[in-house]
Amino acid sequence: MAYKIVTSQCTACSACEPECPNNAIREKDGTFIIKPEKCTECIGYFDEPQCVAVCPVDDTCIIDGAYPRYQAA
Amino acid sequence: MQQEVSIDSIKKSGSSMEDVMQQMAEHKGCGTSGGSGKASCGSSGGQGDLAPDIWEKVKNHPCYSEEAHHHYARMHVAVAPACNIQCNYCNRKYDCANESRPGVVSEKLTPEVAAKKVLAVASTIPQMTVLGIAGPGDSLANPAKTFKTFELISQVAPDIKLCLSTNGLALPDYVQEIKKYNVDHVTVTINMVDPEVGAKIYPWIFYKNKRYTGVEAARILHERQMLGLEMLTAEKILVKVNSVMIPGINDAHLVEVNKAVKSRGAFLHNIMPLISAPEHGTVFGLNGQRGPTAQELKALQDSCEGEMNMMRHCRQCRADAVGLLGEDRSSEFTTDKIMEMDVSYDLEGRKKYQEVVEAERQKESEAKHAELAELGNEFADVQVLVAIATKGSGRINEHFGHAKEFQIFELSTQSAKFVGHRRVDLYCQGGYGDEDSLATVIRAINDCHAVFVAKIGGCPKADLKNAGIEAVDEYANEFIEQSALRWFKDYLGKIKQGEIVHEARGDAQIRQGAYTPESAAA
Ligand code: SF4
Ligand code: SF4
Ligand code: SF4
Repeated sequence: MAYKIVTSQCTACSACEPECPNNAIREKDGTFIIKPEKCTECIGYFDEPQCVAVCPVDDTCIIDGAYPRYQAA
Repeated sequence: MQQEVSIDSIKKSGSSMEDVMQQMAEHKGCGTSGGSGKASCGSSGGQGDLAPDIWEKVKNHPCYSEEAHHHYARMHVAVAPACNIQCNYCNRKYDCANESRPGVVSEKLTPEVAAKKVLAVASTIPQMTVLGIAGPGDSLANPAKTFKTFELISQVAPDIKLCLSTNGLALPDYVQEIKKYNVDHVTVTINMVDPEVGAKIYPWIFYKNKRYTGVEAARILHERQMLGLEMLTAEKILVKVNSVMIPGINDAHLVEVNKAVKSRGAFLHNIMPLISAPEHGTVFGLNGQRGPTAQELKALQDSCEGEMNMMRHCRQCRADAVGLLGEDRSSEFTTDKIMEMDVSYDLEGRKKYQEVVEAERQKESEAKHAELAELGNEFADVQVLVAIATKGSGRINEHFGHAKEFQIFELSTQSAKFVGHRRVDLYCQGGYGDEDSLATVIRAINDCHAVFVAKIGGCPKADLKNAGIEAVDEYANEFIEQSALRWFKDYLGKIKQGEIVHEARGDAQIRQGAYTPESAAA
Protein backbone atom coordinates (compact mmCIF):
# COMPACT_ATOMS: atom_id res chain seq x y z
CA MET A 1 0.00 0.00 0.00
CA ALA A 2 1.04 3.52 -0.45
CA TYR A 3 -0.03 7.01 0.46
CA LYS A 4 -1.81 9.32 -1.91
CA ILE A 5 -2.60 13.04 -1.87
CA VAL A 6 -6.19 14.25 -2.03
CA THR A 7 -5.78 16.72 -4.85
CA SER A 8 -8.79 18.84 -3.98
CA GLN A 9 -7.33 19.58 -0.55
CA CYS A 10 -3.67 20.07 -1.44
CA THR A 11 -2.55 23.71 -1.14
CA ALA A 12 0.53 22.95 -3.24
CA CYS A 13 2.73 24.26 -0.45
CA SER A 14 5.47 21.77 -1.37
CA ALA A 15 6.31 21.00 2.26
CA CYS A 16 5.99 17.24 1.75
CA GLU A 17 8.22 17.00 -1.31
CA PRO A 18 11.66 17.33 0.28
CA GLU A 19 10.66 15.32 3.37
CA CYS A 20 9.94 12.09 1.50
CA PRO A 21 12.83 9.67 2.01
CA ASN A 22 11.99 7.92 -1.24
CA ASN A 23 11.63 10.88 -3.55
CA ALA A 24 8.13 9.67 -4.25
CA ILE A 25 6.50 13.12 -4.28
CA ARG A 26 6.56 15.61 -7.11
CA GLU A 27 4.61 18.52 -8.48
CA LYS A 28 2.22 17.93 -11.32
CA ASP A 29 -0.19 20.45 -12.80
CA GLY A 30 -0.14 22.79 -9.85
CA THR A 31 -0.65 20.13 -7.21
CA PHE A 32 1.48 17.42 -5.65
CA ILE A 33 1.27 13.69 -6.26
CA ILE A 34 2.82 10.56 -4.77
CA LYS A 35 4.22 7.83 -6.98
CA PRO A 36 2.72 4.74 -5.36
CA GLU A 37 5.45 2.39 -6.53
CA LYS A 38 8.07 4.50 -4.77
CA CYS A 39 6.23 5.11 -1.49
CA THR A 40 7.22 2.83 1.39
CA GLU A 41 4.89 4.51 3.88
CA CYS A 42 8.18 5.70 5.37
CA ILE A 43 8.71 2.22 6.78
CA GLY A 44 12.40 1.67 7.35
CA TYR A 45 13.01 5.40 7.62
CA PHE A 46 10.77 7.12 10.10
CA ASP A 47 8.16 6.33 12.74
CA GLU A 48 5.49 8.31 10.97
CA PRO A 49 4.80 9.04 7.32
CA GLN A 50 6.59 12.33 6.70
CA CYS A 51 4.08 13.67 4.20
CA VAL A 52 1.27 13.23 6.72
CA ALA A 53 3.27 14.80 9.54
CA VAL A 54 4.24 17.95 7.65
CA CYS A 55 1.06 18.55 5.64
CA PRO A 56 -0.88 21.60 6.86
CA VAL A 57 -4.24 20.21 5.79
CA ASP A 58 -5.59 17.27 7.80
CA ASP A 59 -6.57 14.14 5.88
CA THR A 60 -4.84 15.23 2.70
CA CYS A 61 -2.08 12.59 2.63
CA ILE A 62 -3.98 9.35 3.16
CA ILE A 63 -3.62 5.59 2.62
CA ASP A 64 -4.38 4.60 -0.94
CA GLY A 65 -6.58 1.50 -0.68
CA ALA A 66 -5.85 0.55 -4.26
CA TYR A 67 -2.47 -0.85 -3.25
CA PRO A 68 -1.54 -3.60 -0.79
CA ARG A 69 0.23 -2.55 2.42
CA TYR A 70 3.92 -2.05 1.95
CA GLN A 71 6.01 -5.00 3.16
CA ALA A 72 9.41 -4.21 4.53
CA ALA A 73 12.01 -6.26 2.70
CA MET B 1 16.79 73.56 -8.61
CA GLN B 2 17.63 70.72 -10.88
CA GLN B 3 17.37 68.45 -7.89
CA GLU B 4 13.96 69.72 -6.85
CA VAL B 5 12.55 68.94 -10.24
CA SER B 6 13.97 65.49 -10.36
CA ILE B 7 12.74 64.38 -6.97
CA ASP B 8 9.26 65.66 -7.70
CA SER B 9 8.99 63.72 -10.88
CA ILE B 10 10.32 60.64 -9.20
CA LYS B 11 7.83 61.06 -6.42
CA LYS B 12 5.00 61.33 -8.82
CA SER B 13 5.94 58.09 -10.45
CA GLY B 14 6.45 56.45 -7.11
CA SER B 15 3.43 57.69 -5.27
CA SER B 16 1.06 55.00 -6.42
CA MET B 17 3.20 52.34 -4.91
CA GLU B 18 4.19 54.08 -1.77
CA ASP B 19 0.81 53.85 -0.17
CA VAL B 20 0.88 50.12 -0.34
CA MET B 21 4.46 49.62 0.61
CA GLN B 22 5.38 48.44 3.95
CA GLN B 23 7.33 51.20 5.57
CA MET B 24 9.13 49.64 8.35
CA ALA B 25 10.33 50.75 11.67
CA GLU B 26 10.90 54.22 12.79
CA HIS B 27 13.84 55.34 14.74
CA LYS B 28 13.03 57.03 17.98
CA GLY B 29 15.69 59.03 19.68
CA CYS B 30 15.72 56.84 22.72
CA GLY B 31 14.43 53.44 22.04
CA THR B 32 16.65 52.18 19.28
CA SER B 33 19.18 51.53 21.98
CA GLY B 34 17.26 48.61 23.39
CA GLY B 35 19.47 49.22 26.37
CA SER B 36 18.48 47.56 29.58
CA GLY B 37 19.32 49.14 32.85
CA LYS B 38 19.69 52.54 31.27
CA ALA B 39 18.02 55.64 32.55
CA SER B 40 14.54 56.34 31.30
CA CYS B 41 13.64 56.38 27.69
CA GLY B 42 14.13 59.63 25.87
CA SER B 43 17.12 60.88 27.77
CA SER B 44 20.09 59.32 26.14
CA GLY B 45 19.18 59.17 22.46
CA GLY B 46 22.20 57.02 22.03
CA GLN B 47 23.20 53.52 21.24
CA GLY B 48 22.63 52.15 24.71
CA ASP B 49 23.83 48.60 25.04
CA LEU B 50 23.93 47.94 21.34
CA ALA B 51 27.31 47.08 19.96
CA PRO B 52 28.68 50.06 18.00
CA ASP B 53 28.57 48.21 14.68
CA ILE B 54 24.91 47.26 15.19
CA TRP B 55 24.10 50.84 16.09
CA GLU B 56 25.82 52.00 12.91
CA LYS B 57 23.53 49.73 10.89
CA VAL B 58 20.37 50.81 12.67
CA LYS B 59 20.66 54.55 12.92
CA ASN B 60 20.39 55.30 9.20
CA HIS B 61 18.69 52.17 8.01
CA PRO B 62 16.04 52.65 5.33
CA CYS B 63 13.71 50.39 7.27
CA TYR B 64 14.44 51.49 10.79
CA SER B 65 15.27 55.15 10.75
CA GLU B 66 12.37 57.49 11.32
CA GLU B 67 13.12 59.94 8.56
CA ALA B 68 14.34 57.33 6.12
CA HIS B 69 11.38 55.03 6.28
CA HIS B 70 9.14 57.46 4.44
CA HIS B 71 11.40 57.40 1.43
CA TYR B 72 12.45 53.84 0.93
CA ALA B 73 10.49 50.71 0.38
CA ARG B 74 10.95 47.03 0.42
CA MET B 75 9.38 44.30 -1.58
CA HIS B 76 8.71 40.69 -0.84
CA VAL B 77 8.95 37.80 -3.21
CA ALA B 78 6.90 34.71 -2.54
CA VAL B 79 9.41 31.93 -3.11
CA ALA B 80 8.83 29.99 0.12
CA PRO B 81 5.49 28.17 0.14
CA ALA B 82 6.19 25.46 2.72
CA CYS B 83 5.89 25.87 6.47
CA ASN B 84 7.05 23.72 9.35
CA ILE B 85 4.57 24.77 12.04
CA GLN B 86 0.88 25.58 12.32
CA CYS B 87 -0.39 28.81 13.87
CA ASN B 88 -3.99 29.23 14.97
CA TYR B 89 -4.20 32.59 13.21
CA CYS B 90 -3.12 31.12 9.90
CA ASN B 91 -5.07 29.46 7.14
CA ARG B 92 -2.53 27.84 4.92
CA LYS B 93 -4.48 28.56 1.81
CA TYR B 94 -3.18 32.08 2.30
CA ASP B 95 0.17 33.74 2.90
CA CYS B 96 1.95 33.51 6.25
CA ALA B 97 0.00 35.75 8.58
CA ASN B 98 3.11 36.70 10.52
CA GLU B 99 4.31 39.14 7.89
CA SER B 100 1.37 39.59 5.55
CA ARG B 101 -2.15 40.73 5.74
CA PRO B 102 -4.32 37.72 6.39
CA GLY B 103 -6.30 36.28 3.56
CA VAL B 104 -3.82 37.19 0.85
CA VAL B 105 -2.69 34.75 -1.79
CA SER B 106 0.44 35.67 -3.65
CA GLU B 107 1.79 34.18 -6.82
CA LYS B 108 4.44 31.58 -6.05
CA LEU B 109 7.69 32.26 -7.85
CA THR B 110 10.77 30.24 -8.60
CA PRO B 111 14.04 31.81 -7.40
CA GLU B 112 14.98 32.62 -11.00
CA VAL B 113 11.73 34.45 -11.77
CA ALA B 114 11.80 36.13 -8.38
CA ALA B 115 15.31 37.46 -8.93
CA LYS B 116 14.35 38.81 -12.32
CA LYS B 117 11.29 40.45 -10.87
CA VAL B 118 13.30 42.14 -8.15
CA LEU B 119 15.78 43.51 -10.66
CA ALA B 120 13.01 44.70 -12.97
CA VAL B 121 11.25 46.51 -10.15
CA ALA B 122 14.45 47.95 -8.69
CA SER B 123 15.63 49.37 -11.98
CA THR B 124 12.25 51.01 -12.56
CA ILE B 125 11.69 52.19 -9.00
CA PRO B 126 14.78 53.48 -7.24
CA GLN B 127 13.09 53.65 -3.82
CA MET B 128 13.10 49.86 -3.72
CA THR B 129 16.13 49.15 -1.58
CA VAL B 130 15.22 46.17 0.55
CA LEU B 131 14.21 42.70 -0.58
CA GLY B 132 12.49 40.38 1.85
CA ILE B 133 11.49 36.76 1.82
CA ALA B 134 8.63 36.13 4.18
CA GLY B 135 6.47 33.51 2.65
CA PRO B 136 3.92 32.55 1.66
CA GLY B 137 5.10 29.94 4.20
CA ASP B 138 8.28 30.13 6.25
CA SER B 139 11.47 31.31 4.55
CA LEU B 140 13.65 28.80 6.40
CA ALA B 141 11.31 25.87 5.80
CA ASN B 142 12.31 26.43 2.15
CA PRO B 143 16.04 27.00 2.56
CA ALA B 144 17.09 26.02 -0.96
CA LYS B 145 14.67 28.44 -2.62
CA THR B 146 15.28 31.26 -0.17
CA PHE B 147 19.07 31.20 -0.39
CA LYS B 148 19.10 30.65 -4.14
CA THR B 149 17.04 33.82 -4.52
CA PHE B 150 19.47 35.73 -2.31
CA GLU B 151 22.42 34.41 -4.26
CA LEU B 152 20.98 35.46 -7.62
CA ILE B 153 20.07 38.94 -6.43
CA SER B 154 23.31 39.64 -4.62
CA GLN B 155 25.28 38.85 -7.77
CA VAL B 156 23.54 41.48 -9.88
CA ALA B 157 22.34 44.02 -7.34
CA PRO B 158 24.81 44.21 -4.47
CA ASP B 159 23.22 47.45 -3.20
CA ILE B 160 19.90 45.80 -2.34
CA LYS B 161 19.64 44.86 1.31
CA LEU B 162 18.34 41.36 1.97
CA CYS B 163 16.07 40.36 4.81
CA LEU B 164 13.98 37.38 5.80
CA SER B 165 11.22 36.51 8.25
CA THR B 166 10.86 33.23 10.05
CA ASN B 167 8.94 31.54 12.82
CA GLY B 168 12.35 30.54 14.21
CA LEU B 169 11.98 26.77 14.32
CA ALA B 170 14.68 26.15 11.72
CA LEU B 171 16.65 29.29 12.47
CA PRO B 172 19.60 27.79 14.41
CA ASP B 173 20.37 25.52 11.45
CA TYR B 174 20.75 28.41 9.02
CA VAL B 175 22.57 31.15 10.88
CA GLN B 176 25.75 30.42 8.95
CA GLU B 177 23.95 30.60 5.59
CA ILE B 178 22.31 33.85 6.66
CA LYS B 179 25.72 35.24 7.46
CA LYS B 180 27.19 33.99 4.21
CA TYR B 181 24.69 35.94 2.10
CA ASN B 182 25.21 39.01 4.19
CA VAL B 183 21.54 39.14 5.13
CA ASP B 184 20.87 42.56 6.58
CA HIS B 185 18.20 41.73 9.11
CA VAL B 186 16.09 38.82 10.26
CA THR B 187 12.56 39.05 11.64
CA VAL B 188 11.50 36.32 14.05
CA THR B 189 7.87 36.00 15.07
CA ILE B 190 7.80 35.22 18.79
CA ASN B 191 4.41 35.11 20.47
CA MET B 192 5.34 33.51 23.77
CA VAL B 193 8.16 32.44 26.07
CA ASP B 194 5.93 30.12 28.09
CA PRO B 195 5.06 26.81 26.37
CA GLU B 196 1.71 26.74 28.21
CA VAL B 197 0.78 29.95 26.42
CA GLY B 198 2.32 28.65 23.21
CA ALA B 199 0.13 25.56 23.23
CA LYS B 200 -2.88 27.84 22.77
CA ILE B 201 -1.33 29.43 19.70
CA TYR B 202 0.45 26.56 17.96
CA PRO B 203 -1.39 23.24 17.53
CA TRP B 204 1.68 21.49 16.11
CA ILE B 205 5.19 21.74 14.73
CA PHE B 206 7.17 19.47 12.41
CA TYR B 207 10.66 19.02 13.78
CA LYS B 208 13.35 16.42 13.14
CA ASN B 209 11.01 14.18 11.12
CA LYS B 210 8.29 14.16 13.71
CA ARG B 211 5.08 16.03 14.37
CA TYR B 212 4.90 17.40 17.90
CA THR B 213 1.74 18.80 19.48
CA GLY B 214 0.65 20.66 22.59
CA VAL B 215 3.02 21.99 25.22
CA GLU B 216 5.88 19.86 23.94
CA ALA B 217 5.63 21.46 20.49
CA ALA B 218 5.53 24.94 21.99
CA ARG B 219 8.52 24.19 24.21
CA ILE B 220 10.65 23.05 21.28
CA LEU B 221 9.62 26.08 19.25
CA HIS B 222 10.40 28.39 22.15
CA GLU B 223 13.85 26.86 22.71
CA ARG B 224 14.70 27.06 19.02
CA GLN B 225 13.55 30.68 18.83
CA MET B 226 15.68 31.73 21.79
CA LEU B 227 18.70 29.81 20.51
CA GLY B 228 18.34 31.29 17.02
CA LEU B 229 18.03 34.78 18.45
CA GLU B 230 21.17 34.34 20.53
CA MET B 231 23.12 32.94 17.59
CA LEU B 232 22.14 35.82 15.33
CA THR B 233 23.13 38.45 17.87
CA ALA B 234 26.41 36.65 18.44
CA GLU B 235 27.03 37.04 14.70
CA LYS B 236 26.01 40.70 14.92
CA ILE B 237 23.09 40.26 12.54
CA LEU B 238 20.18 42.62 13.21
CA VAL B 239 17.18 40.85 14.67
CA LYS B 240 13.70 42.28 14.86
CA VAL B 241 11.00 40.44 16.76
CA ASN B 242 7.35 40.43 15.71
CA SER B 243 4.61 39.45 18.14
CA VAL B 244 0.94 39.00 17.42
CA MET B 245 -1.21 40.38 20.25
CA ILE B 246 -4.02 37.92 20.99
CA PRO B 247 -6.33 39.27 23.72
CA GLY B 248 -6.88 36.79 26.54
CA ILE B 249 -4.11 34.49 25.32
CA ASN B 250 -0.80 36.35 25.20
CA ASP B 251 -1.59 40.03 25.69
CA ALA B 252 -0.26 40.41 29.23
CA HIS B 253 2.40 37.80 28.51
CA LEU B 254 3.96 39.89 25.74
CA VAL B 255 5.61 42.08 28.36
CA GLU B 256 7.60 38.95 29.35
CA VAL B 257 8.35 38.26 25.71
CA ASN B 258 9.60 41.81 25.36
CA LYS B 259 12.06 41.32 28.22
CA ALA B 260 13.23 37.94 26.94
CA VAL B 261 13.94 39.11 23.41
CA LYS B 262 15.54 42.34 24.53
CA SER B 263 17.94 40.50 26.83
CA ARG B 264 18.94 38.30 23.91
CA GLY B 265 19.85 41.26 21.76
CA ALA B 266 16.85 41.89 19.50
CA PHE B 267 17.06 45.57 18.60
CA LEU B 268 13.40 46.09 17.84
CA HIS B 269 10.12 44.59 18.96
CA ASN B 270 7.00 44.99 16.86
CA ILE B 271 3.66 44.14 18.44
CA MET B 272 0.94 43.67 15.84
CA PRO B 273 -2.76 43.22 16.42
CA LEU B 274 -4.33 39.84 15.73
CA ILE B 275 -6.47 40.24 12.66
CA SER B 276 -9.11 37.60 12.72
CA ALA B 277 -12.43 37.10 11.00
CA PRO B 278 -14.48 33.97 10.37
CA GLU B 279 -14.05 34.27 6.61
CA HIS B 280 -10.29 33.73 6.97
CA GLY B 281 -11.05 30.18 8.00
CA THR B 282 -8.41 30.21 10.75
CA VAL B 283 -8.87 28.53 14.12
CA PHE B 284 -9.02 31.90 15.82
CA GLY B 285 -11.31 33.30 13.14
CA LEU B 286 -13.72 30.42 13.51
CA ASN B 287 -13.79 30.26 17.31
CA GLY B 288 -14.49 33.97 17.59
CA GLN B 289 -11.15 35.02 19.06
CA ARG B 290 -11.15 38.81 18.75
CA GLY B 291 -8.27 41.13 17.95
CA PRO B 292 -7.29 44.04 20.22
CA THR B 293 -8.73 47.55 19.95
CA ALA B 294 -6.44 50.40 19.01
CA GLN B 295 -6.26 51.53 22.61
CA GLU B 296 -5.43 48.08 23.93
CA LEU B 297 -2.68 47.74 21.37
CA LYS B 298 -1.23 51.13 22.12
CA ALA B 299 -1.36 50.54 25.87
CA LEU B 300 0.64 47.35 25.47
CA GLN B 301 3.12 48.99 23.11
CA ASP B 302 3.52 51.84 25.60
CA SER B 303 4.09 49.48 28.49
CA CYS B 304 6.92 47.86 26.55
CA GLU B 305 8.34 51.08 25.25
CA GLY B 306 10.48 52.01 28.23
CA GLU B 307 12.03 48.60 27.87
CA MET B 308 12.86 48.67 24.22
CA ASN B 309 12.23 50.32 20.92
CA MET B 310 8.79 49.43 19.67
CA MET B 311 7.93 49.36 16.04
CA ARG B 312 4.55 50.75 15.29
CA HIS B 313 4.14 51.03 11.63
CA CYS B 314 4.03 47.43 10.56
CA ARG B 315 1.05 47.24 8.27
CA GLN B 316 1.02 43.50 7.91
CA CYS B 317 1.43 44.14 4.25
CA ARG B 318 1.15 41.48 1.69
CA ALA B 319 4.28 39.58 0.85
CA ASP B 320 4.67 40.02 -2.86
CA ALA B 321 5.59 42.74 -5.26
CA VAL B 322 2.14 42.94 -6.78
CA GLY B 323 0.76 44.40 -3.59
CA LEU B 324 3.76 46.61 -3.19
CA LEU B 325 3.36 48.09 -6.58
CA GLY B 326 -0.30 48.86 -6.28
CA GLU B 327 -2.98 48.05 -8.75
CA ASP B 328 -1.70 50.26 -11.49
CA ARG B 329 1.90 49.14 -11.52
CA SER B 330 1.56 45.48 -10.79
CA SER B 331 0.38 44.93 -14.34
CA GLU B 332 3.79 46.12 -15.52
CA PHE B 333 5.48 43.33 -13.64
CA THR B 334 3.55 40.17 -14.35
CA THR B 335 5.65 37.08 -14.73
CA ASP B 336 5.09 37.00 -18.48
CA LYS B 337 6.21 40.57 -18.97
CA ILE B 338 9.19 40.15 -16.70
CA MET B 339 10.42 37.18 -18.64
CA GLU B 340 10.34 39.28 -21.80
CA MET B 341 11.97 42.31 -20.21
CA ASP B 342 15.56 43.11 -20.89
CA VAL B 343 16.58 44.38 -17.48
CA SER B 344 19.68 46.49 -17.20
CA TYR B 345 20.50 47.27 -13.64
CA ASP B 346 21.54 50.89 -13.20
CA LEU B 347 23.58 50.96 -10.02
CA GLU B 348 24.80 54.52 -10.61
CA GLY B 349 21.34 55.92 -11.28
CA ARG B 350 20.03 54.34 -8.13
CA LYS B 351 22.85 55.83 -6.11
CA LYS B 352 22.10 59.31 -7.44
CA TYR B 353 18.43 59.01 -6.63
CA GLN B 354 19.25 57.93 -3.12
CA GLU B 355 21.53 60.91 -2.62
CA VAL B 356 18.64 63.22 -3.50
CA VAL B 357 16.46 61.40 -1.00
CA GLU B 358 19.07 61.83 1.68
CA ALA B 359 19.09 65.60 1.15
CA GLU B 360 15.29 65.78 1.29
CA ARG B 361 15.15 63.78 4.44
CA GLN B 362 17.71 66.02 6.08
CA LYS B 363 15.43 68.99 5.35
CA GLU B 364 12.43 67.21 6.78
CA SER B 365 14.23 66.42 9.99
CA GLU B 366 15.49 69.96 10.45
CA ALA B 367 12.01 71.39 9.90
CA LYS B 368 10.62 69.15 12.61
CA HIS B 369 13.29 70.02 15.12
CA ALA B 370 12.91 73.73 14.47
CA GLU B 371 9.18 73.43 15.12
CA LEU B 372 9.70 71.45 18.32
CA ALA B 373 12.14 74.03 19.62
CA GLU B 374 9.38 76.66 19.52
CA LEU B 375 6.86 74.73 21.55
CA GLY B 376 8.26 75.36 25.01
CA ASN B 377 7.39 73.29 28.02
CA GLU B 378 4.30 74.88 29.51
CA PHE B 379 1.95 72.13 28.32
CA ALA B 380 4.33 69.20 28.70
CA ASP B 381 1.54 66.89 29.81
CA VAL B 382 -0.77 67.49 26.84
CA GLN B 383 -0.71 64.68 24.29
CA VAL B 384 -2.91 64.37 21.24
CA LEU B 385 -3.16 61.95 18.36
CA VAL B 386 -3.64 63.15 14.81
CA ALA B 387 -4.33 61.21 11.62
CA ILE B 388 -2.52 61.96 8.37
CA ALA B 389 -3.58 61.19 4.81
CA THR B 390 -0.37 60.56 2.91
CA LYS B 391 0.87 58.76 -0.14
CA GLY B 392 4.40 58.70 1.24
CA SER B 393 7.56 60.81 1.07
CA GLY B 394 6.78 62.21 4.50
CA ARG B 395 4.24 64.74 3.23
CA ILE B 396 0.51 65.40 3.61
CA ASN B 397 -0.41 64.58 0.04
CA GLU B 398 -3.55 62.45 -0.10
CA HIS B 399 -7.19 63.46 -0.45
CA PHE B 400 -9.41 62.51 2.44
CA GLY B 401 -11.74 60.52 0.25
CA HIS B 402 -8.94 58.62 -1.49
CA ALA B 403 -7.06 57.56 1.62
CA LYS B 404 -6.92 53.81 2.11
CA GLU B 405 -5.21 54.32 5.43
CA PHE B 406 -4.17 57.04 7.82
CA GLN B 407 -0.87 57.39 9.60
CA ILE B 408 -1.28 58.23 13.27
CA PHE B 409 1.15 60.60 15.00
CA GLU B 410 1.33 61.40 18.68
CA LEU B 411 2.10 65.05 19.39
CA SER B 412 3.48 66.57 22.53
CA THR B 413 5.83 69.43 23.31
CA GLN B 414 8.67 66.90 23.33
CA SER B 415 8.05 65.05 20.12
CA ALA B 416 5.98 64.21 17.08
CA LYS B 417 6.15 60.49 16.75
CA PHE B 418 4.62 57.98 14.45
CA VAL B 419 2.53 55.49 16.41
CA GLY B 420 0.67 53.44 13.84
CA HIS B 421 -1.47 52.99 10.76
CA ARG B 422 -5.23 52.76 10.52
CA ARG B 423 -6.56 51.16 7.42
CA VAL B 424 -9.94 52.16 6.08
CA ASP B 425 -9.88 50.44 2.72
CA LEU B 426 -12.33 47.71 3.47
CA TYR B 427 -15.39 49.33 4.88
CA CYS B 428 -17.73 47.21 2.85
CA GLN B 429 -16.44 44.00 4.43
CA GLY B 430 -15.90 42.80 7.93
CA GLY B 431 -19.30 43.49 9.40
CA TYR B 432 -20.01 47.15 8.84
CA GLY B 433 -21.76 46.64 5.56
CA ASP B 434 -24.55 49.07 6.32
CA GLU B 435 -22.45 52.01 7.25
CA ASP B 436 -21.14 54.53 4.81
CA SER B 437 -17.44 54.99 4.38
CA LEU B 438 -17.28 58.12 6.48
CA ALA B 439 -18.59 56.34 9.55
CA THR B 440 -15.89 53.74 9.05
CA VAL B 441 -13.17 56.36 8.84
CA ILE B 442 -14.47 58.03 11.99
CA ARG B 443 -14.49 54.69 13.73
CA ALA B 444 -10.88 54.08 12.68
CA ILE B 445 -9.53 57.47 13.80
CA ASN B 446 -11.92 58.17 16.64
CA ASP B 447 -9.03 58.59 19.08
CA CYS B 448 -7.60 61.50 17.05
CA HIS B 449 -8.17 65.21 17.57
CA ALA B 450 -7.53 66.13 13.97
CA VAL B 451 -7.06 64.64 10.54
CA PHE B 452 -4.62 66.23 8.07
CA VAL B 453 -5.44 65.94 4.40
CA ALA B 454 -4.40 67.45 1.09
CA LYS B 455 -8.05 68.14 0.27
CA ILE B 456 -11.48 67.44 1.70
CA GLY B 457 -15.08 68.27 0.77
CA GLY B 458 -17.36 70.46 2.87
CA CYS B 459 -19.72 67.66 3.88
CA PRO B 460 -17.25 65.22 5.33
CA LYS B 461 -15.50 68.13 6.99
CA ALA B 462 -18.70 69.07 8.83
CA ASP B 463 -19.46 65.46 9.75
CA LEU B 464 -15.97 65.01 11.13
CA LYS B 465 -16.43 68.15 13.15
CA ASN B 466 -19.63 66.78 14.65
CA ALA B 467 -17.68 63.69 15.62
CA GLY B 468 -15.14 65.95 17.32
CA ILE B 469 -12.37 65.58 14.76
CA GLU B 470 -11.00 68.68 13.11
CA ALA B 471 -10.21 68.32 9.39
CA VAL B 472 -7.09 70.30 8.52
CA ASP B 473 -6.35 70.98 4.85
CA GLU B 474 -4.13 74.03 4.94
CA TYR B 475 -0.89 72.03 4.97
CA ALA B 476 -1.33 70.24 1.65
CA ASN B 477 1.97 68.81 0.39
CA GLU B 478 3.89 70.02 3.42
CA PHE B 479 6.04 67.83 5.68
CA ILE B 480 3.90 65.80 8.07
CA GLU B 481 5.62 66.40 11.37
CA GLN B 482 6.38 70.05 10.82
CA SER B 483 2.75 70.76 9.88
CA ALA B 484 1.30 68.71 12.70
CA LEU B 485 3.47 70.53 15.21
CA ARG B 486 2.41 73.92 13.81
CA TRP B 487 -1.21 72.92 14.26
CA PHE B 488 -0.36 71.68 17.75
CA LYS B 489 1.17 75.04 18.62
CA ASP B 490 -2.13 76.68 17.64
CA TYR B 491 -4.02 74.13 19.66
CA LEU B 492 -1.94 74.85 22.75
CA GLY B 493 -2.41 78.56 22.12
CA LYS B 494 -6.18 78.12 22.21
CA ILE B 495 -5.98 76.20 25.46
CA LYS B 496 -3.90 78.98 26.91
CA GLN B 497 -6.45 81.59 25.96
CA GLY B 498 -9.25 79.50 27.37
CA GLU B 499 -10.88 79.08 23.97
CA ILE B 500 -10.90 75.30 24.29
CA VAL B 501 -10.40 72.71 26.99
CA HIS B 502 -8.12 69.77 26.23
CA GLU B 503 -10.00 66.50 26.45
CA ALA B 504 -8.93 62.96 25.75
CA ARG B 505 -10.70 61.14 22.91
CA GLY B 506 -12.26 57.68 22.82
CA ASP B 507 -10.96 54.39 21.49
CA ALA B 508 -10.71 53.42 17.85
CA GLN B 509 -11.26 50.26 15.91
CA ILE B 510 -8.59 48.17 14.20
CA ARG B 511 -10.07 47.14 10.92
CA GLN B 512 -10.46 43.41 10.49
CA GLY B 513 -10.50 41.55 7.22
CA ALA B 514 -8.12 41.06 4.42
CA TYR B 515 -6.63 43.43 1.94
CA THR B 516 -7.19 42.02 -1.51
CA PRO B 517 -7.15 43.63 -4.93
CA GLU B 518 -10.94 43.19 -5.09
CA SER B 519 -11.51 44.90 -1.78
CA ALA B 520 -9.15 47.72 -2.67
CA ALA B 521 -11.03 48.28 -5.89
CA ALA B 522 -14.42 48.12 -4.18
S1 SF4 C 1 4.50 8.03 3.26
FE1 SF4 C 1 6.69 8.48 3.33
S2 SF4 C 1 7.48 7.40 1.54
FE2 SF4 C 1 5.29 7.58 1.21
S3 SF4 C 1 5.05 9.46 0.05
FE3 SF4 C 1 4.80 10.00 2.20
S4 SF4 C 1 6.82 10.65 2.80
FE4 SF4 C 1 7.10 9.51 0.90
S1 SF4 D 1 2.24 19.14 2.28
FE1 SF4 D 1 0.06 18.71 1.90
S2 SF4 D 1 -0.74 20.62 1.08
FE2 SF4 D 1 1.49 20.76 0.96
S3 SF4 D 1 1.98 20.06 -1.12
FE3 SF4 D 1 2.12 18.29 0.24
S4 SF4 D 1 0.09 17.35 0.14
FE4 SF4 D 1 -0.12 19.40 -0.69
S1 SF4 E 1 4.51 30.48 10.40
FE1 SF4 E 1 3.29 31.66 8.93
S2 SF4 E 1 2.77 30.17 7.30
FE2 SF4 E 1 3.49 29.00 9.06
S3 SF4 E 1 1.61 28.47 10.14
FE3 SF4 E 1 2.39 30.33 11.11
S4 SF4 E 1 1.38 32.03 10.06
FE4 SF4 E 1 1.09 30.16 8.80
